[in-house]
Amino acid sequence: MSESIKKLMYLNRRAPYGTIYAWESLEVVLIGAAFEQDVSLAFVDDGVYQIVKGQDTAEVGMKNFSPTYFALGGYEVTKLYVEKESLEERGLTIDDLMPLTWEDEDDDWAEKDSIRLVSREELAEVMAGQDVVFSF
Amino acid sequence: MKFSIQINEGPYQHQASDSAYMFAKAALEKGHEIFRVFFYHDGVGNSTRLTTPPQDDRNIVNRWAELGEQHNLDMVVCVAAAQRRGIVDDGEAERNGKDATNIDPRFRISGLGQLIEAAVQSDRLVVFGD
Repeated sequence: MSESIKKLMYLNRRAPYGTIYAWESLEVVLIGAAFEQDVSLAFVDDGVYQIVKGQDTAEVGMKNFSPTYFALGGYEVTKLYVEKESLEERGLTIDDLMPLTWEDEDDDWAEKDSIRLVSREELAEVMAGQDVVFSF
Repeated sequence: MKFSIQINEGPYQHQASDSAYMFAKAALEKGHEIFRVFFYHDGVGNSTRLTTPPQDDRNIVNRWAELGEQHNLDMVVCVAAAQRRGIVDDGEAERNGKDATNIDPRFRISGLGQLIEAAVQSDRLVVFGD
C-alpha cells in the first residue's frame, strides 16, 4: 500500500476521560500499526495522565482503557516520548507512569522500556524530524 | 502539492470544519490535489444529510457535499467514530439493525486505515480541531 516508510508521531495532549480524544487516538495507533511505518507516541500537557498507573474509572462509569497501552509493545510501537516538564508541572514523576515495555527480537527478546523521558526542547527536535504528526 | 485533511470536530459547535472547508477550497483553486478528507471524532457529524441549519446560515454538510461533487473528493467518515455517534449508511444500518440512515451520499464510511494511508500517501496531512 505504501511505497515508503514514513515517520508518524501520535501527539497526545489531553487527559484520558474528560473527552474521547485519547481513546480514539489509541484506536488509530492500533489500526495504524498494521501499516509498518516508523511510529512513535508523545505525551505532553494533560496527555501524560493517559499513562498514569492505577487508573480506576468505576465511579465515572467509563471503560478503563489504560491496560491497552500495554499491548503497544506487541504491535511494535516501542517509542513513547513523555515530556519531563509536563510531568513536573503536574507533580508527577516517571514512577507514577505504567511500566510499559517491549521485547526486542534483535536482542534475544530482551524486555526494554518503551517510555523515553525527554525535555520539552528534546521533544521539539523529535517532532521536527517527523513526516506526519497526528495531533489528538 | 498533495494534501489530505483530517477534521476532528463537529459542525457549528466548532470552527474546525469551516476552516478545513476554506482550506480545501483554496488549495483546489490553487491547483493542489486533495487526496482525501477524513472525518474523525465528532467530525463525523459533518456528514449527516439531515442537518437543517437556519436559512440565513451556511449549510456545512451541503457545502462539503457540493465541493466533493465538484472536485470528486474522497470524503471518508471513520466507521468506529460514526457508529458511536449514530452516523449511518445503508451497509451500517443493515449490519447493526438500524431503522434509518442519515449519511449524505457524497461521503463514504470506512476504516481508520484510510487515515493512515492518507498520511502516508500525501505530502501533507493537515489536521483541523482543538
